[in-house]
Amino acid sequence: MGNVTGKQLAAAGVVLALFIVLPLVAASPFGQHVMILTFIFAMCGVAWNIMGGYAGMFSFGQVAFFGIGAYTSSYLLLTFNVSPWIGLVAGGIISSLLAAAIGYPCSNLRGHYFAIASIAFAEIIRIFFNNWKMVGAAEGLTIPMLKESLANFMFHSSKLPYYYIILAFLLLAVSVCYLVSSSKMGYYLRAIKESHEIAQVLGVNVVRYRLYAIMVSAFLTSMAGTFYAQYILYIDPESVMILPISAQIVLVAMLGGANTVLGPVVGAAVLIPLSEYSRAWLGYKGTGADMIIYGALITIISMYQPKGVWGSITNLARRGK
Amino acid sequence: MNDSLLLDVQGVSKYFGGLRANEDISFQVSRGEIVSIIGPNGAGKSTLFSCITGFHRLDKGRVFFKNHDITNRKPHAIGKLGVVRTFQIVQVISDMTVLENVMTGGFLRHTRVSEVRSKAEEVLAFTGLMARQNYNAPALSVSDKKRLEVSMALAMEPEMLMLDESMAGLTRVELREMIELIRKVRERGVTVVVVEHVMEAVMELSDRVVVLNSGRKIVEGPPKEVVANPEVIRAYLGDRYAVSK
Repeated sequence: MGNVTGKQLAAAGVVLALFIVLPLVAASPFGQHVMILTFIFAMCGVAWNIMGGYAGMFSFGQVAFFGIGAYTSSYLLLTFNVSPWIGLVAGGIISSLLAAAIGYPCSNLRGHYFAIASIAFAEIIRIFFNNWKMVGAAEGLTIPMLKESLANFMFHSSKLPYYYIILAFLLLAVSVCYLVSSSKMGYYLRAIKESHEIAQVLGVNVVRYRLYAIMVSAFLTSMAGTFYAQYILYIDPESVMILPISAQIVLVAMLGGANTVLGPVVGAAVLIPLSEYSRAWLGYKGTGADMIIYGALITIISMYQPKGVWGSITNLARRGK
Repeated sequence: MNDSLLLDVQGVSKYFGGLRANEDISFQVSRGEIVSIIGPNGAGKSTLFSCITGFHRLDKGRVFFKNHDITNRKPHAIGKLGVVRTFQIVQVISDMTVLENVMTGGFLRHTRVSEVRSKAEEVLAFTGLMARQNYNAPALSVSDKKRLEVSMALAMEPEMLMLDESMAGLTRVELREMIELIRKVRERGVTVVVVEHVMEAVMELSDRVVVLNSGRKIVEGPPKEVVANPEVIRAYLGDRYAVSK
């Protein structure tokens, strides 16, 4: 870790170029939609990985930050006509501060207990928004139509601009995760994951570094939430604050390969298209066949590739050397 | 105040409910010394370590390091001041290589990764683990894990190293190597405090020995004097042996 070789950089460049060209040549509008959703979850998975994968804080509450990101920008735009770009940053800041406020009293919680606390936190936030009249309560918020432009963060004639924006966001998240993982903070988070005791022996301020990880993770997740709101143009607690979204984020990261920079991206690339296409093909029949296939695949991956898809790819690459 | 005085433990007491784990323990450590803390199982040796390094809150007493009051400060802050400990049960970061483990310690004093890496390699060369630097930490043998723990501690550039039973469970050869390593550590200018049961190492290494029994300090002095002391013999072997001596 830490050393990027020229080869790896070249490979990353090729993959990125592929992603830039792909929607131009290959994808239908539905295909583009699936890719956008994939990137949203990849970004959230990368963000989760910083706290869940590296630091061992198994959060099932990420959806709260996703939702707050979506609500902050939408509310500011609707009420004060504030640009969604500013709302994006504001949402990130609010999410980070809230994350710190809830993370601090949870400083000693580990493992299952942290997971339980994170579920409770996300549910409290959802129920709160479900009843909060100022932000539309259960009816949610409809984002007002503005002229199509990058400045307005709104596009009507094509999904392509959304695609490139979320691709850029994902690139940002991956870069942040890479920087974190290959620096002092990454080493410290991995020590914290092993045990608080050993981290303390090594001179790590455990409380502080846990909060750093939670805040970075919350900020990035919140950005994805704002993006989602601007993309779908309608949000309510049922669409941006429910636990299945949190579970999906965890799945993407775990199945792709927690504790690796690109694992969650690979996880999203496998899971999201699978879930979307199986729903499109089989879901309308109402038999639940799509969920069965989806569930079976998750079971198979976790049985045979406990290190995640990305883990097995890197293993193969190592064996090939 | 004595200039060479490094650690000053004053009347430390620690209770777990009704159990007096440490009761009014005082001792001092001077710069460059090797001091052993010995005593029967349950005497309160590891508790004392935890009290000094901030892992337990004291119920009474104070601890000074280089004239800084470190009583009840956080472990990471005490580490930053130069006091580093190891644990009785070896602790390493299991999803890291040997080198990465040592680097994690190195980040205490340095931030640049390349700098930390080269410092960590220096430490591994010093402790004799260089050949294993790319092993995953859990793959090491017990003795190498103990060596790794010492390496991680040294990477933090401590002034005082506190080793909790780093000799236990070693073969004879490994024991000789560990004794040698601790000598070399002291030659580097690091003061060493050990909790130890292996008397061979205690006798050979220590400048001074502090004996605990049932949470109290019973004797302190040079190793030869201490092992001949009737109170120490009584603590270890019971009244019969002390009387017949």
